[in-house]
Amino acid sequence: MRKIKELVIEKSLLSSALVTIAVTFGIISVLAIEAFRFFSEVSIFDFFTDTQWTPLFTDKHYGILPLLSGTLLTSFIAISVALPVGLTISIYLSEYAPRSFRKTIKPLLELLAAVPTVVYGFFALIVVTPFLQQFIPGLSGFNSLSAGIVMGIMIIPFVSSISEDALHAVPKDLKEASYGMGATKLQTAFKVVVPAASSGIIVSIILAISRAIGETMIVAIAAGQQPRLTLDPTVPVETITAFIVQVSLGDVQHGSIEYRTIFAAGITLFVFTFLLNTLSYRIRKKYQEKYE
Amino acid sequence: MEITMTKVKDKKSIDLDKVEQQSSTDGAKIAIKDVKVWYGDFMAIKGIDMNIKPNTVTAFIGPSGCGKSTFLRLFNRMNDYVDGFKMEGKIKLNGTNIYKKKVNVEELRKEVGMVFQKPNPFPKSIFENVAYGLKIQGIKDKKFINERVEKALKQADLWDEVKDNLKKSALALSGGQQQRLCIARTLAVEPSIILMDEPTSALDPISTAKIEDLIFELKEKYTIVIVTHNMQQASRISDYTAFFYLGELIEFDKTKTIFTNPEKQQTENYITGRFG
Repeated sequence: MRKIKELVIEKSLLSSALVTIAVTFGIISVLAIEAFRFFSEVSIFDFFTDTQWTPLFTDKHYGILPLLSGTLLTSFIAISVALPVGLTISIYLSEYAPRSFRKTIKPLLELLAAVPTVVYGFFALIVVTPFLQQFIPGLSGFNSLSAGIVMGIMIIPFVSSISEDALHAVPKDLKEASYGMGATKLQTAFKVVVPAASSGIIVSIILAISRAIGETMIVAIAAGQQPRLTLDPTVPVETITAFIVQVSLGDVQHGSIEYRTIFAAGITLFVFTFLLNTLSYRIRKKYQEKYE
Repeated sequence: MEITMTKVKDKKSIDLDKVEQQSSTDGAKIAIKDVKVWYGDFMAIKGIDMNIKPNTVTAFIGPSGCGKSTFLRLFNRMNDYVDGFKMEGKIKLNGTNIYKKKVNVEELRKEVGMVFQKPNPFPKSIFENVAYGLKIQGIKDKKFINERVEKALKQADLWDEVKDNLKKSALALSGGQQQRLCIARTLAVEPSIILMDEPTSALDPISTAKIEDLIFELKEKYTIVIVTHNMQQASRISDYTAFFYLGELIEFDKTKTIFTNPEKQQTENYITGRFG
């Protein structure tokens, strides 16, 4: 009797694990099948070289580049905000802050990531953009700059928290060796601790980028819905995610080519985040070996 | 050279040797006066006086937790970073109290180098490890740095093993080589005192023998203070030995005396392995 109970529990645990894997594979295969159908109508060459994305217009173009540039531009702005701020915070917390302060401030910082992104989106649209317009007269109501900055604030904890863990994991011996030769705290932090924790810091940056690329709400609200191949941060753009929202909420016919653009865009996004996550996983694995 | 003894706890003998004692305090490289240390409420060092002479090797022995490492780390103010650290008393280095407010701790540590228990090279190249101390001083002269690195590696008896691949990562060296690299790194800054905190406890016997030979050579130029768990090591390499127990200095004398004819029963019990 007891054995049967054990067996039932074991199998049910196994099946819940399998369900998760099955769902993931299901999503990927739906993405792949629909994307395959899309690419049987649109050449993959056009998809990557056409500079216009107008699937919802009469004159249809299916070039992913404008969406990709929108995504990369907002993500780039976000990481330019999050990297220096996040890294400064992590170095301060790990090397300078008293332990009690560190213990209080870290969960508070992580709250930044817990704010609903729709709140961030409206914050970007209603507060940041008007504020920036005082300094940048030509700034459009929708633009990648404020969306990027706010997204950067959102991903600060990704950088600061994971980097801080990495900095904190640097053996005390190394710091003492540096102090022992007459190095100051600052010299020790930048010449010994940061290089020793570099793989962890890189992982934090990659994860933050991955999060920024996949972010939807902020860019959909604040960056606009105009696919445009540009590096100008002051004009409206559209990211891959924002386009998917636009089409999903719109009234395109199920099974039409317009409908399938979602999957083509989606799989592009998936490939990006998948590669980034794999990369960070690899780096993290290597880094763990180094310290064990 | 006549060597005078410093029996700190034994007040009678100090009185008898007063004249000699005085001169030995004047000639001391490190003069420690009534030093007490607390970590929070715990009293780790309970009032120690000691004089360490230049160009000698002084060994600190005693069971774990007796305060010998804490005491050693006072000399380059390494305990400053420990939470709840509090200290009383005076430690004079070449006549200057290193715990005075005005003392520049970074400058002090250039004078008092330290080698740690576990080899702890930086995850950088061999060359960069040795050059580190010079580079943080802002020295940019490449020729000067190259010369110093070579000299330090030679002094640490590592040059012949690594001269062809100075660019290789220091982490690729063996444990014994890493520890000699750490010694070279310390020497490159040209301190006058080297503190060693159980430098061979993580090493195999052959590497240990090499480090011990090295300590013997370095004594010519440097004052060495070494914490060790290994009593044979203390008797082999040191000129003076201090025995610590529960935060007190039980006995401090010439190594030969400590190991052949110790004054205190506790010392004898410890070195003969009856406790600790």
